[in-house]
Amino acid sequence: MNLNALWEYANPLKFMRTTERALPYFAVAAVVCLVTGLVWGFFFTPDDFRQGSTVKIFYIHVPSAMMAINIWVMMLITSLVWIVRRHHVSALAARAAAPIGAVMTVIALATGAIWGQPMWGTWWAWDPRLTSFLILFLFYLGYIALWEAIEDDDTAADLTAVLCLVGSVFAILSRYAVNFWNQGLHQGASLSLDKQENVADVFWYPALVSIAGFVLLFIALVIIRTNTEIRARRMRALLARERLG
Amino acid sequence: MSALLIRDLRLAMRAGGGFGLGLAFFLIVVTLVPFGVGPETGLLARIAPGILWLGALLACLLSLDRILALDWEDGSLDLLATSPLPLEGIVTMKALAHWITTGLPLVIASPLFGVLMSLPGAGYGPLVLSLLLGTPALSVIGTFGAALTVGLKRGGLLLSLLVLPLYVPTLIFGAEMARRGAEGADPTTPMLMLAGISAGVIALLPFASAAVLRVNLR
Repeated sequence: MNLNALWEYANPLKFMRTTERALPYFAVAAVVCLVTGLVWGFFFTPDDFRQGSTVKIFYIHVPSAMMAINIWVMMLITSLVWIVRRHHVSALAARAAAPIGAVMTVIALATGAIWGQPMWGTWWAWDPRLTSFLILFLFYLGYIALWEAIEDDDTAADLTAVLCLVGSVFAILSRYAVNFWNQGLHQGASLSLDKQENVADVFWYPALVSIAGFVLLFIALVIIRTNTEIRARRMRALLARERLG
Repeated sequence: MSALLIRDLRLAMRAGGGFGLGLAFFLIVVTLVPFGVGPETGLLARIAPGILWLGALLACLLSLDRILALDWEDGSLDLLATSPLPLEGIVTMKALAHWITTGLPLVIASPLFGVLMSLPGAGYGPLVLSLLLGTPALSVIGTFGAALTVGLKRGGLLLSLLVLPLYVPTLIFGAEMARRGAEGADPTTPMLMLAGISAGVIALLPFASAAVLRVNLR
């Protein structure tokens, strides 16, 4: 495949046409995957012998936590594209993704707390993973607040892109600093591809479907929000032109 | 560059409160803590390193928006940007001036505040050393935040929201080093990490600060 063809989508018109045609497929696939994954996970998997039915929060907790991190990575990439090639769609996609990422972080923290109350006996512990997720949430908040605070679109895109780059470095630093600061309560990764000790297959397949559903949902939401941003900006431009003419 | 540094220091001194304000704020924080948690010596000694680090961090945060805002308002920042000096050098000098006016006094005064917080005897050396190593990083990171928000009318609150998450690694290693020192443990590992963060931040972050400042001056 010719990768250069990808840059065609930097044209807002081309981007909107293509994504709008693709949007229904993503949306339907997201709903199908989420419903299948969650119903399968909630009602057709056995209870864990120690955790009982609380284990089922896993089908929301793990995908949302994965998305919270991956959305930040996506914002990092789109910010880089904006800085290097100055495609507006890229900057707008980063802007569109940030609130979704913040919500995913909150979902991961909330479901974790709900699971932690019966299992660990506490809603919250200053465990490295929990703490770094809280810090990630603060990064999302700062990023969104900076976008909202600046009036000029290009200035805002530039400043938030640099903040995203610097923030990524500090987020990773914090992740390992927090590890150093306190040993954890949270279990290790349960879905690694390269490890022997993963969750059993009965839990693994519905979890995979649910993760796919979260990814598709994110794609559909980002398409909607990016196109809204493009339209809003176009409307502002038209209004400005009318006032001049 | 040294002329710029001397100018900034002179401005800070003559404008009043440049040197003293951060220190006074630090003193107030340290005075208020025992009212909040009770005057038991044992408890105070245990939380002393953390409180002293937090106080230093907040005192630093308080003066961040002064780094660039005054020069932005009267236009001298535009003059500096058009001068032959590289913008990276200018923001470094601004950060250095901020450190000399707020960080350095805190480092020098910290043993005194340690006495107020009944810090154990072994803790003074590591505390002073950790602040000496860590406060430059706080100033440089803060300058980045100040450069991001310099054009905004009410940037102060946003500045804290942006800068505080960036302070997390510095605070963790700084407070950990001071705590280990106070407990008589070996503070070498956090000390090396803290020094690494400071060195990395001083070397790299001025480029980001200069980049955002260029955008803001556009």
